[in-house]
Amino acid sequence: MSGDATSASATPLDASGGGGSARDIGRRLLITLGPIVVSLVLAGCVLLVLGINPLAYYGYVVDRGLLSPLGLQQTLTRMAPLLFLAAGLIVAFRAGMWNLGGDGQFLLGAVTAAASAPLLVQVLPGWLTLVAAFVIATVVAMIWSLIPALLRAYQGVNEIITTLMMSFLGVSLANVLVKLVFLDPATTVPQTRTLPVEDRLPRLFETTVTSGLLFGLVTIIAVHLMMTRTAFGLKLRVVGANPRAAVHAGLNVPLLTVTVFALSAGLIGMGGAVDIVGIQGNVRADWNPAYGLAVIPVVFLARMNGFAAIGFVFLLSVLSIGGESAARRLGVPQNFTMVLVSIVLITLAVAEYLDHRFNQARRA
Amino acid sequence: MGGFLSETFLAALLFGAITAAIPLLLAGLGEQMSEKAGVLNIGIEGMMIAGAYAGFLGAYYSGSFWLGFATGAAAGILVAALMALLCVRLGLNQIVIGIALTLGLEGLTALLHHFQFSRSYPRLPAAQVTPIPLLAEIPVFGPALFRHHLIVYLAVAAVFAMIWVYRRTQLGLNLQAAGDKPAALDVAGIDVVRTRTAAVLFTGGMAGLGGAYLANVGAGLFIPFITNGAGFLGIVLAMLARGRPLWVLAGALIFGGCLSLTTAAQVAGINVPTDVIQMVPFLAVMAMLVLFGRRASLPAALGIPYERGAR
Amino acid sequence: MPGMQTTTKPPEMRQAIVTLDGVTKRFPGIIANDRVDLVIRAGEVHVLLGENGAGKSTLIGMLSGLQQPDEGRILIDGKAMPIRSPSHALSLGIGTVFQHNMLVPSLTVAENLALGGKWWQKPRLGELAARVDEIARPLGININLDAVVSDLSLGEQQQVEIVRALLRNSRLLILDEATSMLTPQGIAELGALMRRLVERGLAVVFITHKLGEAAEFGDRVSVLKLGRKVGEIGPDRLRSLEHDELVDEIVSKMFGRNAGDGAISIPDRPANDEALLAVRDLRVLPGKDTSGLEAISFMVGRGEILGVAGIDGNGQKQLAEALAGQRRTDGGSVTLAGRSLDGLDVGKRRELGLRYLTDDRLGEGTVGTFPVSINYFLKQIGEPPFWRSGIEHSREINTHARDLTRQFDVRTPSLSTPVGRLSGGNIQKVLIARELAEGARAVIFNKPTYGLDLANTQATRQRIRDVAGQGLAVLLISTDLEELLSMCHRIAVMSQGRLVGTIANGAGAGERVGRLMIGLAA
Repeated sequence: MSGDATSASATPLDASGGGGSARDIGRRLLITLGPIVVSLVLAGCVLLVLGINPLAYYGYVVDRGLLSPLGLQQTLTRMAPLLFLAAGLIVAFRAGMWNLGGDGQFLLGAVTAAASAPLLVQVLPGWLTLVAAFVIATVVAMIWSLIPALLRAYQGVNEIITTLMMSFLGVSLANVLVKLVFLDPATTVPQTRTLPVEDRLPRLFETTVTSGLLFGLVTIIAVHLMMTRTAFGLKLRVVGANPRAAVHAGLNVPLLTVTVFALSAGLIGMGGAVDIVGIQGNVRADWNPAYGLAVIPVVFLARMNGFAAIGFVFLLSVLSIGGESAARRLGVPQNFTMVLVSIVLITLAVAEYLDHRFNQARRA
Repeated sequence: MGGFLSETFLAALLFGAITAAIPLLLAGLGEQMSEKAGVLNIGIEGMMIAGAYAGFLGAYYSGSFWLGFATGAAAGILVAALMALLCVRLGLNQIVIGIALTLGLEGLTALLHHFQFSRSYPRLPAAQVTPIPLLAEIPVFGPALFRHHLIVYLAVAAVFAMIWVYRRTQLGLNLQAAGDKPAALDVAGIDVVRTRTAAVLFTGGMAGLGGAYLANVGAGLFIPFITNGAGFLGIVLAMLARGRPLWVLAGALIFGGCLSLTTAAQVAGINVPTDVIQMVPFLAVMAMLVLFGRRASLPAALGIPYERGAR
Repeated sequence: MPGMQTTTKPPEMRQAIVTLDGVTKRFPGIIANDRVDLVIRAGEVHVLLGENGAGKSTLIGMLSGLQQPDEGRILIDGKAMPIRSPSHALSLGIGTVFQHNMLVPSLTVAENLALGGKWWQKPRLGELAARVDEIARPLGININLDAVVSDLSLGEQQQVEIVRALLRNSRLLILDEATSMLTPQGIAELGALMRRLVERGLAVVFITHKLGEAAEFGDRVSVLKLGRKVGEIGPDRLRSLEHDELVDEIVSKMFGRNAGDGAISIPDRPANDEALLAVRDLRVLPGKDTSGLEAISFMVGRGEILGVAGIDGNGQKQLAEALAGQRRTDGGSVTLAGRSLDGLDVGKRRELGLRYLTDDRLGEGTVGTFPVSINYFLKQIGEPPFWRSGIEHSREINTHARDLTRQFDVRTPSLSTPVGRLSGGNIQKVLIARELAEGARAVIFNKPTYGLDLANTQATRQRIRDVAGQGLAVLLISTDLEELLSMCHRIAVMSQGRLVGTIANGAGAGERVGRLMIGLAA
C-alpha cells in the first residue's frame, strides 16, 4: 500500500479528493429539498384559490399520514407496492429505457395474483401459495413488457409510446379479466375471489403494517446494489449512458434491452402481487390506483438512487394516505396530490437547470 | 338485432366514427408539427385535458360553442407556452416535463371541476350541425358525413392546409430543418428556439381545440380524465404518419371507426364491457407498430434541446 | 460593396472588410483565443493555419455570430460592430462554410438554399434557380437543384454551401477545414475556385492545418498556436519565397522547431515475416447510409505497420468494426495467429489479442459520465480480477487504474473524474491504455491522432511505433497521408469499400497512393 501512496503523489491523482464532498452533499440537499419547499408553497397557492387554508390542509395531511399511529401504519403499508414499482423503474431508467407502462404491468400482476391465490390456497400450503402468486404476477408482467422490449431491441421503436400503449391495454385487459374471467361467482359486484386475511402476508408485530414492506425494502436495496456494485448492473448502466459504447465494448445490447424490460416489468408485477396478497386480498372491477405514473417523479427526485427512493416513497405515501383522509374530511379531492407531485417535478427540473448554469458560471 | 345493418344504424356508425376521430385528428396534426420541429411533446395529453375543461367552461357560461373552442385552444396554448419555456428555451428534459404537465393538468382540472360542480356533470345542448347542401341529402352517407359541426369540416381542411404548409412554404422548410438539423437553420439566420416554440404553441392550440371538441361536441359534458389517452394516441398517429398529414387523417379515421364500431355493437345489444371497446384503438396501434414500426423515421434532433455552438 | 478593382491595389492598401482587435475568448478551463489581431482584406485568400486546438474554430465561431468575444472588438468596414447572431453575420456579408456541413439532409438542394427566408413567404424556387445559375456558372460549379442533399457527395455538398454563401451576397467567405473531406483533385478544384472568388473582389478566409495547402492557396498566412496569433506572412513575402522555404518558415512559427522533426521514422522489423493477422475476401453489405465492404483481403505481419489510406467514408470504419467483431459480416474470413476469428464476438476477439482503438473517442470509445477508472475496463466488465462472481472489486480496479494512469501518463485530477472532462489527448491515452492491456497481438488504430495537439500526436505516433517494435501487427487507418508515409511499412488504399491497391512505402509512395485514392492506376 505504501507504493500506492508514492505513485499517487507522482501523478496528480486524487488531488481534489475529500474536501469538496461535504459541500457537494449540502448542494445536493439544497437542490432536492429547495424545490419541494417551493412546490409546497405553489401548491398551497392553488389551495388558497380554492378557498382552502393550505396550512390547515398540510397540517391535516401530516397528522393523518405521519403522526397518527393508524395513519403511519397505513403509510408504511402503502409503501410496500410503491417500493417494488420504484425498484422496477430504477432498473429501467438507469439503463436508459423509459418504461412508462407501469400501470398496466402492475394491474395485470395484481389481477393474476388475485385470481390465482384464493384458488391455490385450497390445495397448497400458505407460504407456497404466496410464492406462486408472486411468480405468476412477475411472469405475467414480464410477458406484458415483451412486445415493447422486442420492438425497441430489434426494430428501434421508441419504447415511450409502446409502453404507454401497452399500459392502456393492460389496464383495460385487467378490467375485462375481472369482469368476465376471474369473476367471483359468490358476489354481485364484479370482483375476484378474496384471499382470506389469515392467508395473506403476515403483519409486522402488533401493527397493521404488512410484511410486504420488508420485502419491498430488501428488493429496492438489492436492486440498488445490483445496479451500482455488480458487473451486470454496470453493463446496464453503460447501455443507458452510451449505447454505442456498449456495442463497442462488445455488450449484447438487444439482449440486455429485453432483460431490462423483463426485470423492470417483473419487479412492477411483484408490486401488484404484494398489494394483493399483502393488503387488498382481491381486485374489484375498475380498480386502478395509478401508482405507475405517481412513482415516476419519485424515482426522478431520488435521481435513481435506491436509498433516496425509499425516503421519497415514504413521502409520497404520507401524502397519499394523508390526502385520502383529507379528501373525506376537508373535501379536497385526492387529485391535489397529483398536482403537488407534478409541481415538484417541474420545480426540481428547473432547480437542476439553475444549479447547472450556476456551476458553469462559476467555472468560467 | 334486426337493425344491425339498417341504414340508420350504418349512418350512426359512420357519424360516430367521425365524431371520435376529430379530437385524434386535431391532436395528431398538432403533435406532428412539434415532432417535425424536433420536440417530443409528451405533454399533449395535459394540453388536451386543459382544452377540454376550459372549452367546456367557455361554452357552458357563454352558451356559444365557438367561444368554447376559443377558450379550449387558448388553454392548450397556455400550457404549451409553459412547455416551450421549460423544454425549448431552457432545454429541460422533454419526457420529465411532459409527464409532469400531463399529471398536473389531469389533477388540476379534476380538482377545479370538483370545486365548481361538486359531483354534478351539467350537460351542454346538442351542438348545432351545418349540413352541406346537396351532399347532406345523400342516403346514409349524407347524414353520416355531411351533417356535422362546422369545426369538423375545418379540421379536415386543416389537413390540406398542413400539407400546403409543409410542401410549399418557407415555414415548412424551417420546421423540417429545426427537426432534422437545427444548426443548419441557425446558421441560415433563423432562430431555432423561436421556430420550435411556434411549433409547440401550435400543438397546444390544436390539442386544446381537440379537447374542447371532445368535451363539448363529442360528450356534451366534462368529466375528469375525459381525454383518457387521446393525446397519447395523437402522439402515436404523428409518429406513424412521419410528417404526412393525410396519414394522420387516415389513422384518426381508423381509430374513430374502431371506437364507433364497438359503441355501436353495444347499442345493438352485443354485450361487451366498455373496457373491450377502449382496448380496440390501442390494439390497432400496437398491431400497426409491430407491422410497420421499423425504425419509424423520426427527425434526427427529436427530443434534443438546441444549444447554439454546442458540438 | 467594395470596389471590384481592389486586386490591382498594393496588398496593404486593399480594403479591410473585417478587423479583429485584441479578441479574447475563454471557455471553462482554457483560453481559446488570446488577444488575437487579424485584418481580413478584400481580394485576398487569408489562410488561418494552426494545429487542432490552436483556436481556429473559436475564431470562426465569433466571426459567424455563434459565439461572442469576452474581450476585444470586431470591426466591420472599420466600425466596431458586435456580431450578435448567425443571421446578423449573414446580413453583414459574412458567409461561412463549416467543417461539419450545415445542410439539412432530408431537403433538396434548392430547399436548402431557400432556407432562411421569412417564414410567411413562399420559397421562390424559380427565381432561385436563375440566381444560382448566374453565380455558379462563372465559377464552374454545376449543381443539381432538385437532388436531395443526402444523395450528394461531400464535395458536392460543399459546393452547395459555397453557392449558398454567395447567394447571400457575402463579401467574406469563410471555409473551415474545407479540404478534410476532399480528394486531391477536389482540393485542387477548390483552390482554383477560391482564386476566382478573390479575383472578383471577395475576401476568403481559408482555415486549415495542412502546411502544403496554406503555401499553395494563400495570399496571406496567419499562424495560430494555442489560441495566440504567432505570426503573419504577407503577400509580398509569400511570393518571394520558394515553396520549401515557405514551409520551413511556417513550421518554425507553428511549432518553434525545424521541419525535420515530424520526419519519417519507420520501425525496424524482425526478418520473420509470418502473417499475424490475415483477412480474406471480407464482405459487408452496404447499409442504409453506410458503405459496404467488398472482397477485402490483406495480411499484416509481426511487427508490421500496414497503413490504410483513403478519403473518409470509403469503408474504413466498417472495415475496423468488422474486424473487431462489432459489425456483422456477410462473407470472408479473418485469422489471427492462425486462429480463425469468424463468428466470434467482440469480447472473444479481444481475448485472443485483437484490439480496436476507435476514432470516436467520446461517441463510442468511452462513457463520458463514468469515472476514468471504469473506462479503462469497459471492455472487461465482469472479468476477474476486477469483478469476482459478478461483484465489483473497487480496490483491484483502482490499483490497476492507477498503474495505467502512471504508465500511460494520463493527466487526470483523479481516478473518479468523469472521463468526458479530460482533454482529447488524455482520453486517447485512456483508450490506448485499455487496448494495449496484456495479451494484445494485433491492434487496429482508427485515425489515432485526429483532433490531438502536436505533442499528443507525436506521443501517439511513437506509441504506435513502439507497439510494432514489440512484434505486434498494426493496422493504421488514417486520412492523413503524411502520417501514413511517416510510419507505415506498406500502405493499402481504400476506395468505395474496396482495397484498390497496396504500395510499399518508400520514394514516390505518396504520389502513387494519391493516384490510387482518386481512382487512377498507381
